[in-house]
Amino acid sequence: MINANIPLLELRNIKKDFFGNQVLTDINLSLNEGEGLGLCGENGAGKSTLMKILFGMDVIRETGGYGGDVLINGEKVNFATPFDALAAGIGMVHQEFSLIPGFTATENILLNREPKKTNVISQVFGERLNTLDYNEMNGRAVAAIEKMGFSIDPNMVINDMPVGHKQFTEIARELSKDKLKLLILDEPTAVLTEKEAEALLESIRGMAAKGISVIFITHRLHEILSVCDKVVVMRDGYVVKDVPACETNVTEIAKWMVGRSVSTAANTDIRELSDAKTVMSIKKLWVDMPGEIVRNVDLDIMEGEILGIGGLAGQGKLGIPNGVMGLYEAGGSVEFEGRPIPLNSPRSCLDANIAFVSEDRRGVGLLLDETLEWNVAFPAMQVQDKFLRKLLGGLIKWRDEKAIGEVTNKYINELMIKCTGSKQKARELSGGNQQKICLAKAFALQPKFLFVSEPTRGIDVGAKALVLDALKKFNREYGVTVVMISSELEELRQVCDRIAIVSGGRIAGILPASESSEEFGMLMVSQVK
Amino acid sequence: MNNKNTNKESVSFGKKVLSFVQNNSVPLMFVLICIICIPISGFSVSYLVNEIVTRMGRNIFLILCLLFPIMAGMGLNFGMTLGAMAGEIALIFVADWQVWGIPGVVLAMILSIPFSVLLGMLCGKLLNMSKGREMITSYIISFFINGVYQLIVLYMMGPVIPIKHFSLKLPRGYGIRNTVSLLNMRQCVDNLLAVNIGGVKIPVLTFIIIALFCLFIVWFRKTKLGQDMRAVGQDMEVARDAGIKVERTRIISIVMSTVFSGIGMIIYLQNMGNIATYSSHSQIGMFCIAALLVGGASVDRASIGNVFLGVILFHTMFIVAPSAGAKITGDSMIGEYFRVFVSYAVITVALIMYETKKRKQKSRLGQQLAREQLEEEKK
Repeated sequence: MINANIPLLELRNIKKDFFGNQVLTDINLSLNEGEGLGLCGENGAGKSTLMKILFGMDVIRETGGYGGDVLINGEKVNFATPFDALAAGIGMVHQEFSLIPGFTATENILLNREPKKTNVISQVFGERLNTLDYNEMNGRAVAAIEKMGFSIDPNMVINDMPVGHKQFTEIARELSKDKLKLLILDEPTAVLTEKEAEALLESIRGMAAKGISVIFITHRLHEILSVCDKVVVMRDGYVVKDVPACETNVTEIAKWMVGRSVSTAANTDIRELSDAKTVMSIKKLWVDMPGEIVRNVDLDIMEGEILGIGGLAGQGKLGIPNGVMGLYEAGGSVEFEGRPIPLNSPRSCLDANIAFVSEDRRGVGLLLDETLEWNVAFPAMQVQDKFLRKLLGGLIKWRDEKAIGEVTNKYINELMIKCTGSKQKARELSGGNQQKICLAKAFALQPKFLFVSEPTRGIDVGAKALVLDALKKFNREYGVTVVMISSELEELRQVCDRIAIVSGGRIAGILPASESSEEFGMLMVSQVK
Repeated sequence: MNNKNTNKESVSFGKKVLSFVQNNSVPLMFVLICIICIPISGFSVSYLVNEIVTRMGRNIFLILCLLFPIMAGMGLNFGMTLGAMAGEIALIFVADWQVWGIPGVVLAMILSIPFSVLLGMLCGKLLNMSKGREMITSYIISFFINGVYQLIVLYMMGPVIPIKHFSLKLPRGYGIRNTVSLLNMRQCVDNLLAVNIGGVKIPVLTFIIIALFCLFIVWFRKTKLGQDMRAVGQDMEVARDAGIKVERTRIISIVMSTVFSGIGMIIYLQNMGNIATYSSHSQIGMFCIAALLVGGASVDRASIGNVFLGVILFHTMFIVAPSAGAKITGDSMIGEYFRVFVSYAVITVALIMYETKKRKQKSRLGQQLAREQLEEEKK
């Protein structure tokens, strides 16, 4: 018998760092049988890392393991693989679907756990030639679907299903495991319609009644309040609050999620540019960027300002620059300096003197195996014929190595890029310095308008400050309009004049950077889908 | 009212026809070619049927081998040539040992299995290292192994590997002749139990073997291994997360394909009655793949029905095109040229169609977003 005093799951002093970068510090949690725990926090707060530790994911071991203890029913466990976690009764529904598209719901629910019948051939050649027992499979799938309490067609192929039903198929798969004691749901309602989400919440309540504990991660705070027994709020790798759900409300949670002491950050020289003219006007923009879908966005950007675009991950903030610059399929209209810019055509954006520093440094941003000189000068050379000497009246264009070296060295000094010289390969630099090269590349284009996407992702504090200062300086000295997209609200508040918050693929609101964090927090979760 | 309804129905019917034509454009094109060429060629019906039945018996087994790697998501297995080479080596040994007739065929089949398994494992391992580029890799592997095959057959058979019979060896004393005669086992499988219906010889035993193989494939799809292969074929990562051994499953599918193509090659050669030692295998992969594609299969989807339809259409074209070409242009070479040209063209078209379909799928999502937005505005 399980002692009622021993919680089903207990985390003690969990610590985790990725190569010296502390992401989790002293996490303590406990969860009783049949309890629901709502876990919330901004992106990068450490929620997913914590779940990865709990689920025994490979990344954790590959990056040096973790500190502290995980206890299940009072016994210390250490999962080497997700399969160990599954065996211990932990199930997880991931954000991305983990389903075989051409299989029916039944086949997916019982994937690799199909009931089998032996036959003559399998006795000779091994058990993989056992035939599947389709009757038994149907029985088990139907039982799991009933347990879930939301009816889906067990014989429907995943490809033909509406998104919500896919999510329910995943949940049914976890429920079909007899040993399941703890179910982790990572943003399960993100893709559901309102009605489906309500059904899911109902089924979570049902699970709790059957003695299954649930960890529920979501940005829709009211859902947490309606199904969970307690709420845990994480921020910057700490658990900042651990309270019973009945004692709190949405506003409070939003405040805890984003609330740093307001005085530390905030831009000191926010400018009111209300009389400046509109330099870029985006109308009815949609962008099909997987995981960052943008819907019907109208946005006006003033000349000379720094506009921040913030929001939670997956809500579409990255889709806006990628769509405007033509890297993902987009529709709607964009006007720059009064002239329309065709969408889905990166070259015309560059020709209009718009530059983009991508969040995908290694993929889009850099030529990893080329020298820093090449990286800095390449776009300017390609797009604007800079750093080229023309011979024979422009018939032959010759690279101007000297000018390229000069400009590269200039940026190496200005941005304090740590390298052995301008001829070093981009691959050999650290993440922070690679980011600075990306910026230098954009600066070398001398653009009128600059999109910067996640400029500080994955770089340390010192480099962060430098990058932000460089952006600000670039804006102030050359009058370049900057649109900066970042997941970190505080960082936006340090640099930007105005901040637009994207939620559910739409602009939820635009506020001056001086507004309080709580206001932004409320906007972030306002339309989360 | 009534009128409107039927109108709607006819619109949806028209759409259905259009989508049927779009989805089956390759087989329909070949039906068209055959319909045009058959009367021009001037062949009698019984001659045509006879030829097609013979070729069905000869080729279907080989083409069925391609289904396993498609099931496992590895595309069209150009590496089936490896199995064909294993089958040829086995037949050369059997011919040297002078085991003829049905026992010879059975012995060759058994003997080919270890060679096929070895080659299949090698091919599978290499294909696991080049995921996503299986087709081009298997194509190049078949050239590479062809070199090894030539080394063995041309230089090592004789001095290293004992070959007794002079009729097999080149005049210089080692290496195998360009043609190895299988006269003593020619069509021995086909002739056993053969039935003659209206001048058409039906090789019943061969068809029984093919039917058994088809039953095996149908049954195999229902086994755990078959289910795993389909799962791996559709999404490797999901299958891996569910605990399926992805690499091993992929290797097994290639090994099965290679082993069965070795056996299929022996059925093919006993029908032909001789081995063209250095060229029999070289185009077999390409012709089999072209036939499968003509039957309406694609890189990621193929059925037994596609195999049968493909063999009938592709080989009807094979039979009538040279004669029709000769009748039209007066040059018999034109038809010969035409059929090789068509094989390559079919494969190219199928590969391109596969890619464009994938891309269309992608942009469809964007269009849906645009539509949703419009609807929203209307509200």
